[in-house]
Amino acid sequence: MSGPQVGEPEAVPIAVDADVVRVRQAVRALAQTARLSLVDQTKFVTAASELARNTLVYGGGGEAVLTLVSDARRTGVRVRFSDDGPGIADLDLAMTDGYTSGNGLGLGLSGARRLVETFTIDTAPGAGTRIEITSWSR
Amino acid sequence: MESVPILKIGTTLLVSIQVDLQDHTALQLQEDLADRITSTGARGVLIDISGLEIVDSFIGRMLASIASISRVLDATTVVVGMRPAVAITMVELGLSLGGVRTALDVEKGLRLLDVGEDDAEHLLLDPDGTEAE
Repeated sequence: MSGPQVGEPEAVPIAVDADVVRVRQAVRALAQTARLSLVDQTKFVTAASELARNTLVYGGGGEAVLTLVSDARRTGVRVRFSDDGPGIADLDLAMTDGYTSGNGLGLGLSGARRLVETFTIDTAPGAGTRIEITSWSR
Repeated sequence: MESVPILKIGTTLLVSIQVDLQDHTALQLQEDLADRITSTGARGVLIDISGLEIVDSFIGRMLASIASISRVLDATTVVVGMRPAVAITMVELGLSLGGVRTALDVEKGLRLLDVGEDDAEHLLLDPDGTEAE
């Protein structure tokens, strides 16, 4: 499913507000390189923006690692967000539309999952959070 | 720190967002607009987001907040210029922008705000948005 990576992974640190913008711009550039359609680019960048903000606000900072991937037919873009924050105790609840442990709209995780082709999350209390998203050209 | 300029034309405040907004810049815009509405007695706020490549939940919430704040301050907000891909993405994300009036472009937005003829003419003759006499 995942396919080999094509390009060198690019790490973008997420430590301050401005880094969320940097992640958006780097992800946009790579999604263009991967030749995602304009709508798919927009969806993927929006998902990345939500997850980068979560990494900063809830994870206390971390990084995004961007990779260009490909299989026999298509190219894609993959981003892995990781933080060493408190982790998520109740994942089902956290993935529910409208639920927030902070003061956001509660659309970050659930919305981001809808906007990408594959979404995997690995988290546990005290063990940080790692989320990987991937979308492909058509 | 960057900030988003607010232009006043007649009784309308015009904001054109041309940069990728940091979260605190968005919050600053919200405060600046509330101040300008009260200090100028503006009746309408027109926000052009044609420069925005994405509207995520934070920016969406900012637009909804601005609309609510200006309503409480007796002004109407219209958001114009949303790109089609942004509209598709926003709806899928779960943002409906309920309570926010929208129009396709600045001209239609001004009509929605029912800007006085003179004001509208100045605006349309002068795309830079500077005051024309």
